[in-house]
Amino acid sequence: MVSAPDGGGVGAPPSTSSIAVRLDGVTRRFGRGDRTLTALDDVSLAVRRGDVFGVIGHSGAGKSTLIRMVNALETPTEGSVHVDGVDLASLSTSELRAARKHTAMIFQQFQLLETVTVLDNVAMPLRLDGIRTREARARATEALEFVGLGTRLSAYPGQLSGGQKQRVGIARAIVRNPAVLLCDEATSALDPSTTLQIIELLKRVNREYGTTILVVTHEMDVIKDLCHSVAVMEGGRIVEQGAVMDVFVHPQTPVAQAFVGSVIPHELPARVRAAVGGQPLWRLRFLDEEVTTPIVGALISEFRLGVNILHADMTDIQDRTVGHMIVQVDGDDAQRAAAFAYLSERIVSVEEVVL
Amino acid sequence: MIDTLLTSELFLEALGETLYMLGIALFFGSILGVLLGIAVVVTRPGGVLPNAVVSFVLNGFINVVRSLPFIILLVAVLPFTRLVVGTSIGVNGALVPLTLMVAPYIGRLVENSLLEVPEGIVEAAKSMGATPVQIFTRFLLPEARGSLVLALTTATIGLLDATAMAGTVGAGGIGDLAISYGYQRFDGITMLVTVVTLVVIVQLIQLFGTRLARKLRRR
Repeated sequence: MVSAPDGGGVGAPPSTSSIAVRLDGVTRRFGRGDRTLTALDDVSLAVRRGDVFGVIGHSGAGKSTLIRMVNALETPTEGSVHVDGVDLASLSTSELRAARKHTAMIFQQFQLLETVTVLDNVAMPLRLDGIRTREARARATEALEFVGLGTRLSAYPGQLSGGQKQRVGIARAIVRNPAVLLCDEATSALDPSTTLQIIELLKRVNREYGTTILVVTHEMDVIKDLCHSVAVMEGGRIVEQGAVMDVFVHPQTPVAQAFVGSVIPHELPARVRAAVGGQPLWRLRFLDEEVTTPIVGALISEFRLGVNILHADMTDIQDRTVGHMIVQVDGDDAQRAAAFAYLSERIVSVEEVVL
Repeated sequence: MIDTLLTSELFLEALGETLYMLGIALFFGSILGVLLGIAVVVTRPGGVLPNAVVSFVLNGFINVVRSLPFIILLVAVLPFTRLVVGTSIGVNGALVPLTLMVAPYIGRLVENSLLEVPEGIVEAAKSMGATPVQIFTRFLLPEARGSLVLALTTATIGLLDATAMAGTVGAGGIGDLAISYGYQRFDGITMLVTVVTLVVIVQLIQLFGTRLARKLRRR
């Protein structure tokens, strides 16, 4: 799907008009002299219009700095940031303020005004634009109804739960109908079931308003449930980037494998690993209807192999199913080779591994 | 019959003088102080409009005035007082040093209140494209208003404290009554009445301030 502008040089680069957010060789250094910290190191990415793009990394990987580039709360030391084809560095202060009205942001700690009602919190962006109270409140009411808080208009944020506060945050973000919604660890302060509700809401925003969403998170579940595309960050660099499904099925880097492993366990338990240590095992990956194909039965009955399943699981990733299995296969070498070829044709991947 | 020099006319006149000084000095001191506090927050490093020179000058001014005991400030600024209100004595003569004393005090308290507002609120405001003025009027000041009221309460009580010394320049007031009658003329009743009056005024100010702050905080 989305590739880095310099990613491999395969195919023509996407036309500018279809790209909502583009970072080209963005580097950000803090401090000076020998106490310099490089938060972002030559980061390039392109978020297509209407995409839900996730950036995942551990804390300190630079993802907060990255998302702040898009609304110019941070500015690059080197490189450029384009939003809707406009280079942010070319804008004057007032043009930048105007541009920020198209890139709304929601925060881990919500950042609502405690002294103002829910309704007036959501009306705030419109009031900043000089829209009269009555109209601003009418539009804020619509946004709050969209997020399911139409009955809590006159409540104060202090009276709401974390999930409700984030709904207010989302209502405030969408009230100006922004082109891009930036989510900075928006679910990290919430419990798992509330996280799912917020993810569903963000998907609805993307679907019904066509809003491009850029998410940074350290939770792979958020990437799995919400995003279409993902970039994996480590030490200020993007180490892996692609469609969420591709990264889940073929994680290339150790950090990506670890993140995928946090959702789909892909390591054997220590005692099992000790028992089969050093023997070649097969790692099978299935996609969608492949999970219902009787592969193991075929290995046993057609190829006369002994199959010992050491690990197997299935996970739904958005509207697709990913299966993962580690098996020990005994039999003569010719039959094993034939079976390996047979699998390669029928499932998304099979590889021989020594765990 | 209890023996005292205190008459109700004398008491009411002194009370009126105290409240007058308190009210006027608080009014001008608050305006100057809030502006001063905002200016310090705006120009500090990492503020909305950072400016090292202005920041240094404002902080220097606040620190210098705050380091002077009020009685010293009162006499040190006599020429300036004469310039502003045309006299350096009486109630009006006390107003200038009182205002000058309380403004930096309020400025410092306002600064603290504004800095208490989470950094993230300012970031959220910026992300919405708020102008620097809007960041103050629509985000920082409303969020800080509870603690601003408490700050003003503290400043008002400090100001009341200072009005007691205004008798030095003939401004009268409850404090002067306590010194010139209660202390210098050994009038125990006057002393008692003035002390009780001061305690009651302070209690009322604090009660009002705490209540209002709680109402404004909405937490």
